[in-house]
Amino acid sequence: MSTLPIAIPRPVHPTGLWNWLTTIDHKKIGVLYGVTAFIMFISGGIEATLMRIQLSQPELDIVSAAVFNQLFTMHGTTMIFLAIMPLGAAFFNFVIPLQIGARDVAFPRLNAFSYWVFLAGALMLKLSWIGGATDAGWFGYAPLTSIDQNPGKGIDFWIISLQVLGIASLAASFNFIVTIINMRAPGMTMMRLPLFTWMTFITAILLILAFPVITVALIELTFDRYFGFNFFNVSRGGSVVLWQHLFWVFGHPEVYILILPGMGIVSEVLPVFSRKPLFGYTTVVLAGIIIAVMGWMVWSHHMFTVGLGPLANAVFTITTMLIAVPTGIKVFNWIGTIWGGSIKITTPMAFSLGFIAMFLIGGISGVMHAVSASDAQQQDTYFIPAHLHYVLFGGAIMALTSGIYYWFPKFSGKMFNEKMGMLHFWLMMIGQNVTFFPMHFVGMDGMPRRIYTYTEGMGWDLWNLVSTLGVFILIAGFVVFILNMVKSWKSGPEAPGDPWDGRTLEWSIPSPPPEYNFKEIPVVRSLDDWWNTKQGGNFKEIPVAGGSGDEEHSIHLPQPSYWPFVTALGLFIAAYGVVFNQLFVPWAIAIIGTFIGFVGVYAWSLEPVNDPDEESTH
Amino acid sequence: MSQEINPSEAHTGHPTAGMYFKIAMILSVVTAIEVGIFYLTWLSYWIIPILFVLSAGKFTLVAMYYMHLKFDHKLFSLLFVGGFVLATSVIFALIFLFQVWL
Amino acid sequence: MAQEHTTTENHGEHEATSTGLNHRKMLMWAFLGSDCMFFGSLIATYLVYQGKSLSGPLPIDVFDIPVTSVSTFVLLMSSMSMVLAYSALNRGNMKAFRIWMVSTAIMGSTFIGFQVYEFSSFSTNHIHFECSEIAEKIHDGENIKAGQDYFYQKECLDQNGLLKADHHVDEEYGLKPQTNLFGTTFFTLTGFHGAHVTLGVIWLLSIFFLSFKKGVITREKNLDVDLAALYWHFVDVVWIVIFTVVYLFGVFEGF
Repeated sequence: MSTLPIAIPRPVHPTGLWNWLTTIDHKKIGVLYGVTAFIMFISGGIEATLMRIQLSQPELDIVSAAVFNQLFTMHGTTMIFLAIMPLGAAFFNFVIPLQIGARDVAFPRLNAFSYWVFLAGALMLKLSWIGGATDAGWFGYAPLTSIDQNPGKGIDFWIISLQVLGIASLAASFNFIVTIINMRAPGMTMMRLPLFTWMTFITAILLILAFPVITVALIELTFDRYFGFNFFNVSRGGSVVLWQHLFWVFGHPEVYILILPGMGIVSEVLPVFSRKPLFGYTTVVLAGIIIAVMGWMVWSHHMFTVGLGPLANAVFTITTMLIAVPTGIKVFNWIGTIWGGSIKITTPMAFSLGFIAMFLIGGISGVMHAVSASDAQQQDTYFIPAHLHYVLFGGAIMALTSGIYYWFPKFSGKMFNEKMGMLHFWLMMIGQNVTFFPMHFVGMDGMPRRIYTYTEGMGWDLWNLVSTLGVFILIAGFVVFILNMVKSWKSGPEAPGDPWDGRTLEWSIPSPPPEYNFKEIPVVRSLDDWWNTKQGGNFKEIPVAGGSGDEEHSIHLPQPSYWPFVTALGLFIAAYGVVFNQLFVPWAIAIIGTFIGFVGVYAWSLEPVNDPDEESTH
Repeated sequence: MSQEINPSEAHTGHPTAGMYFKIAMILSVVTAIEVGIFYLTWLSYWIIPILFVLSAGKFTLVAMYYMHLKFDHKLFSLLFVGGFVLATSVIFALIFLFQVWL
Repeated sequence: MAQEHTTTENHGEHEATSTGLNHRKMLMWAFLGSDCMFFGSLIATYLVYQGKSLSGPLPIDVFDIPVTSVSTFVLLMSSMSMVLAYSALNRGNMKAFRIWMVSTAIMGSTFIGFQVYEFSSFSTNHIHFECSEIAEKIHDGENIKAGQDYFYQKECLDQNGLLKADHHVDEEYGLKPQTNLFGTTFFTLTGFHGAHVTLGVIWLLSIFFLSFKKGVITREKNLDVDLAALYWHFVDVVWIVIFTVVYLFGVFEGF
């Protein structure tokens, strides 16, 4: 019974490209996010490598100043929005329904839509290299981004692709909030949620509250550029500081969005490989919530040198120092988890331990920035990239890498090569420190950020060279990583459902999981329910992988759909139409794209959630 | 959950059409008062808290009754009020940072 | 052997949820919380720039509180008709449902009509007065609008500060987004509100037209209407804030 004027059947494509274009299976979508994020990470890494080569010695001319500006802008934007966030999304997608005992997310089609829109935004941003990419820094301060100072389309691509990416992130976050609140297996109370799911939940809430602010900031900038509005037009009384405020009101919660999922991963890996429950589960959850709340109160620490005045600076100094406390609590809880445990150093465990060490160093430099007086010296020097790479690379990326290795058997059904994994770890650890630790030194010695070269005799030569050498160690590690992943996925040994003797529900099902995830939705009796089941504490039969398959007949799964892809396509076209709004007929492309988007939305809303005539897909 | 039967709410806990109409009348009257007060220039800066309270009252009535928050699960209120409180806080913080005295 | 046999059948609205609450309704409330931050940022921008325009027109030059009060009233009433539409649907009265739905859409469109009128009258705003009349008003201590004051100083006084009594002022004094900070922030804030209303009207009309197709909009599927209603009330509630903060605070002469 279709409510559409013409009956469009649901897609039925068991394999191939159309299967991937119409899939709404959270596991497939997770893989799509992961692979795309990977490729984007490589592109961001290339951008970084080019910069480091340029800076390896004084007064090199490998890239021009103009290109260098584009490199650091694109590197930052890529790593944050196209690598770390989608890598997190890959895990949210794949792992969370498994951890809460669900068959999919609350809105499977919205989930697919989020991915395709993310891809659209990613393509738009990366393709902007053609013709000149954005070059005003990843935070795009006004008036550098004004139409007078930056008439090229690079900024416009940056603005519009960020808006598109924002839509993807928002859609995904709404989905995960409803999923985590509303699709937990019976008995899984909020305080029995695995830590990764908890941190993701907090992240998603942060996201839906923070992104609208940058949406508004970008809209204001767009209107200034395209229509001559005065938001950041100083000659008409506008304030460029307003941009900074709006950006960082978003930007600071954004960095917690970047780190909290990683902290969730670490909070799961450590207990598994210490064979001990997480020390102080409730405290760690509360600390995460406190970080998220306090994250709204610190944003002007990015603006200490703008001239806000001593009162504002003092207030934000205090709040920023205070926010170190809940993070510190987490670190102590992680240590408490390992302490006295039966520790097994596997690759995921190594990365999680490395995360603690690296994040700690990044946190210490962070507290140094927190004091506005000392930040006056550090701001806009290399001391800041030192800090941010310790928390984002040594922190978020390491934690996410830990997650990749941890869940690799689950999503691929294969075991990776442990020796290669540990080699990757050591190369990354050494490379990370060789690359980023010297940045503390040159920063303290006054080397500014975002300069494309420097003269000799400043005392910066040695450490810049060392930093660049570190990059190649990191690249070596990354190559080992890719080889390991590809080889193992293709021909690694088969992985059992529970290779690590895990604690949470995803380990209670086969690797890779069947399409329906759980043959029977589990009933949860405690925190770390799967672990307790294995210990015999829950008086439950341990489900056997495989089985008769009889129960499958009563499992109805959400069905694939064309419309998420169509709607995303419309948005993609509209986005290009906004940037190229004078092409052919003014605004024609944007209108066409919007129309396609509307068609997609209408068809999507009129398509029943599940076609009642259809039997289960098995 | 209160056991008493509020005559303005049917057995299902939904306000009746009569109640909705009454609320609409209250909203209209409050709006009229707001506009009326607006012409009393002698009130000077007192107009700010007065209008604030009146508008907050209208907002609350629409949210609690028309949007049904009074009768629904508290989670919905949390989701909405959370965003609202944060938005208000950001507004006030920016006002102070830009030294716009209300 | 105690075996819990729990299968989840995913039949859209009827699946069991952990809280007993419907997914889509929860989504809508989360979205509205998020949209508060969207409008909050626009309102913050407006308030931060209030009083900082380097030139006119200013709110007092263009706002017409009586007219805007009427459009405010219309939008408020549209919330009532929306809620009555939902009520009618729940009683199975499809005819009343359709009438109230289309009334809501009409009132929403009326509001948009007022906005369009307001925007265009602001942008073609004109200032016209006789210097001698204004001079009297100033002498009598009457409040005159900001723009009049500016043009009086500019046009009605000669270099010695004496009144050019037979002079009059007849100037284009339009407010466009590009004119000053007030124009920029006002049009953006109210424009985005208007865009939200417009999307709402499209949504409501879609439901209205779909209701003629059998089985699409029913009492059992009242959630579809409930979601549209929540969105609509939100848009109304945002206007309550804008009307007070932008219009009433903006032109109060007691300050």
